[in-house]
Amino acid sequence: MKAIERADVQKALDQYAEQDVYVHVETTNGAYAKHFNRNHNVGAYIRNAQVRYTRAKIVDAEDAFRVGLKMEKGWIYAEGVTDWEWNENGELLLAGHDSEGRLMVALQISKNPFRY
Amino acid sequence: MHKHVVVIYPHPDDEAFGSSGTMTQFRKEGIPVTYLCGSLGEMGRNMGNPFFANRETLPDIRKKELLDACKILDVNIKMLGYRDKTIEFESRDEIAEHIKGYLDEIKPTLVITHYPGEAVHPDHDAMGAAAVEAVRRMEKEKRPEVWAQAITNGHYEKLGQPQIVNNVEEEFEVKLQAIQAHRSQFEGMFPKMKGSSDFEGQYEEVMKRFKQEEFYKWTFEN
Ligand SMILES: [Zn+2]
Repeated sequence: MKAIERADVQKALDQYAEQDVYVHVETTNGAYAKHFNRNHNVGAYIRNAQVRYTRAKIVDAEDAFRVGLKMEKGWIYAEGVTDWEWNENGELLLAGHDSEGRLMVALQISKNPFRY
Repeated sequence: MHKHVVVIYPHPDDEAFGSSGTMTQFRKEGIPVTYLCGSLGEMGRNMGNPFFANRETLPDIRKKELLDACKILDVNIKMLGYRDKTIEFESRDEIAEHIKGYLDEIKPTLVITHYPGEAVHPDHDAMGAAAVEAVRRMEKEKRPEVWAQAITNGHYEKLGQPQIVNNVEEEFEVKLQAIQAHRSQFEGMFPKMKGSSDFEGQYEEVMKRFKQEEFYKWTFEN
């Protein structure tokens, strides 16, 4: 993955608008957060929900980016996104990492289902 | 002496951290060891440091790392094909039967797994519970011994002292190699641990713990 260039990602997001796509969304503070005396473990994860968004926007938040997808009847949103990749399978991967390279948040969009 | 040892954990790297020293001791004695690995750690948070993996490439990368680690440990590997972080939501019954299929075939004299309820990660607890259940379903006379590994902070107070305490200092070099085979997860971990707030003032304690592998002998009611 590479550091996000806002305009490039915006272009990529636009290409998936107005069509059925599969999304992967996740966020986590790690399965060991509690074990290491931090707050309790939190996380959420959706893989291969089929959605259709009418508009997408990536917003610069100085240290990272926020991405919102507007659907006919709702929203998908991720914040803290720092890196991206559009891989050879046409999967648009957006992720936010901490200073040690650990994934903290991901938003991924694909025409075809992600491997399950 | 044991004839065949089966190790059952949910993630690539559980074997390296949990019982690679013990496995190496068994291998030194010529005892076959088979690792049944539940998932490919698809949902791991570590992507390498600096990161080189992403959510979609991670499974193949970790599979390769798992094979490398098993080569270093000289153990057989079977991948069970569950998905990381979802094992507790699967049918306990189905996983137990799945595992039992392997046990019926391999006929181990010893099974090593996580101590259900005392293994921190939900996958560890679920896989350990399914492994214990698989053994329980075997005919009493054919059941292998079960050594269960507890890793919660408070397990000594709850369970007392473990019956099996293996000093693996002599096998530590191999253990370290096996851990480091899981590059995406642990590259640079040991130097980093010294400075990490997660291990503040605990580094020596952690290293000591790595050189000792502890297990509780499971007792079946019937
Ligand atoms: Zn694990």
